[in-house]
Amino acid sequence: MDHNHDNHSDHGHHEMTFSEKYLFPVDHKRIAAQYLTTGMFMGLLGGFFAYIFRSQQAHPGSEVLGYGLVNANQYNALATSHGTLMIFWFAMPVLIAAFGNFLIPLMIGADDMVFPRINRLSYQIFLLSTIVLIASFFVPGGAFGGAWTAYPPLSSTAQYSMTPWGSTMWITAVGLEFVAFLLGGINFIVTLMNARAPGMKMYDIPIVLWTIVIASILFMASVGPLLAGAIMLIFDQTMHIGFYDPQKGGDPILWQHLFWFFGHPEVYVVLLPAMGIVAEIITVFSRKKLFGYRTVLFTMFGTGLLSFVVWAHHQFLAGVDPRMSNLFTVTTILISIPVTEMCFVYIATLYKGSIELTTAMLFALSFLAAFLMGGVTGIFLGASGADTYLHDTYFVIAHFHYTFVPIAILAGLAGLYFWYPKMYGRMMNETLGKIHFWGTFIPFNCIFIPLFYLGAAGDQRRVYNYGAFPHTAANLQYLRQFATASVIVMLLFQIPFLYNYFTSMFKGKIAGKNSSFGLW
Amino acid sequence: MMEHIILEGSSYAAQIDHLIDLIFVIVGVWFLAAEGLLFYFIIRYRRKKEPKAAYVTGESPKHTKWIHYAHYAVIVCDLFILYFAVMAWYHVKQELPQAERTIRIVGQQWAWKFTDPGLDNELDTADDVVTMDELHLQVNTVYHFKLEAKDVLHSFSVPVFRLKQDAIPGRVITGWFLPTKTGEFDIQCTQMCGLGHGIMGAKLVVETKEQHKAWLLEQSGRAPQPSAQNSTPNTIQNNIQNKPNGLITKK
Repeated sequence: MDHNHDNHSDHGHHEMTFSEKYLFPVDHKRIAAQYLTTGMFMGLLGGFFAYIFRSQQAHPGSEVLGYGLVNANQYNALATSHGTLMIFWFAMPVLIAAFGNFLIPLMIGADDMVFPRINRLSYQIFLLSTIVLIASFFVPGGAFGGAWTAYPPLSSTAQYSMTPWGSTMWITAVGLEFVAFLLGGINFIVTLMNARAPGMKMYDIPIVLWTIVIASILFMASVGPLLAGAIMLIFDQTMHIGFYDPQKGGDPILWQHLFWFFGHPEVYVVLLPAMGIVAEIITVFSRKKLFGYRTVLFTMFGTGLLSFVVWAHHQFLAGVDPRMSNLFTVTTILISIPVTEMCFVYIATLYKGSIELTTAMLFALSFLAAFLMGGVTGIFLGASGADTYLHDTYFVIAHFHYTFVPIAILAGLAGLYFWYPKMYGRMMNETLGKIHFWGTFIPFNCIFIPLFYLGAAGDQRRVYNYGAFPHTAANLQYLRQFATASVIVMLLFQIPFLYNYFTSMFKGKIAGKNSSFGLW
Repeated sequence: MMEHIILEGSSYAAQIDHLIDLIFVIVGVWFLAAEGLLFYFIIRYRRKKEPKAAYVTGESPKHTKWIHYAHYAVIVCDLFILYFAVMAWYHVKQELPQAERTIRIVGQQWAWKFTDPGLDNELDTADDVVTMDELHLQVNTVYHFKLEAKDVLHSFSVPVFRLKQDAIPGRVITGWFLPTKTGEFDIQCTQMCGLGHGIMGAKLVVETKEQHKAWLLEQSGRAPQPSAQNSTPNTIQNNIQNKPNGLITKK
């Protein structure tokens, strides 16, 4: 396919106006670019939030450069928004919406998505959700600070959360985001199933498209209960109905079930596209076929199904019947089987290959190396007996950042470096790319390895000031400071990336016909 | 290993630590093996050395058997971990030994309220001792706790006991522990509960039976209305102001 002929959906049509082309496009590539840009902006914002609250932890009560003093309410709001932003407004738009929109029609030989206007609507609703979320920082009481899990009654009662506007805007924004991804998801599924070029059988579909579509199916199957839960939460907040209020016959645990029934499959919703991206890249740069394509495909379906029956491992200590925990421990530990399978399949793909360490390949391999750490530490938390201690400590934080950072940042960047020539017709600078890689990967480990230790020593999450707990990890403040310093280093190393990304659009080496590494 | 990171202060702490150590060893071996293999392949098959790749689809049994071996090994490890995890869970959360003393713990925004059964060892009698943000326990005694929450979710966490339990409004959750070491420790709230969550700590004092009895006598002697007078600050406002580093700092 000729990369210079970008707007292949509009040839033969009238000349497009600026707003048709950039503000309200129906072209899948432009929508992908919109999702990518918004997602990257939100990712940087989420990173900035992390810098602010980590700085408060490292030096409690002192002024944060570029922000000022952080009070407890702001601390909670920033930590909550960091989690929400990174998962719903960074990982999902970049991994699923941007790559899905960009790759699906190109890779299956379709002109565009099957429903281009639904596609446009999807982004517009997503943009609206972004605006609602950001606006919630500027309303009376400030943004919602009740953690990204938003457990009621804290989230449902303004008197407890002290953010009467913030809580409602937060849940509204999340609900809108879900609607956007439902619209996008149905589009991905229908396009992949119905619009493939003749002769492309199910088993010929590139694995990355399968992962995006399986993720969309998982999302659609799991998000319904949470959307219902979100609406009940809004009713509780605004009309005091009491779905989650025990005094009115409601039950706060109900929300936890609805949330985690979605929340755990959501992990695989973002994991699978990341694994798909990585699979494409390591096969190209090791010049190998993916080891056992069908095995990978069925394993991914299996993992997806299994992810629907593990949700209560987030609730071992939430006051649910302790006997139930045993069941969920078994299902959770079983997840180790397909995940091991996937990791080993990827490693086996390298076997007898011819490996070239480009920036994209480095990011893809670092995904594997880091995700292994995230995988094995999950066993500690899935085992109910160990979770009684490690639950809600920094061990949990370190564990899921060792899954989410590889997924959203390492795999996302790998995909961006890899498909950049296809997106913009020019190559990114490899030297800057490698500086960016090492400047991201090393500090990332320096942030989270100390947090495993802090968690094991008893540091709990979401704490504004550890001075309130003089006997817990008392002499480990230097580790908190080290992790914070590493956050700053990691953020600073995104500057060469942004420079590279924007200047290469205009000045990068022209990508030849054989670019995007022989794939196109 | 865990006991070197944080003190084991309850009867079941060692069991949980052993479980964590066991998982650490098992997953550690897997982790090192997998990373080792990954790095070995990256170095061994780099393009400078191997300009030509072999054609391996990974569909033939000759190749897939290696993945199956890994599976069997994982299943065996899983069974091990499951056995010890469920045993620890059963011991800590499911099977409650006979209580020698029963206390009540109430979490509220942003303080812990503890009710000790007093000298008569019965809750809801006149000699109960109520304290805010300070829990006194006697060592080597099986305690049951009745955990409640007044407003939002809280979570009662004592790291040295390896104990954590969410408190839910509208429910009374019973659990147990047996303190084995005397000293002063931290009690945390580990469930996001609003503005003051990050400072919702309390002091745990584990003392000998004699010390505890003396403390009870002192408390009941000084305070006929136990909840009104305590050695520790007993209003939330005081409580917040006494915490370090200005929760109420304004920007």
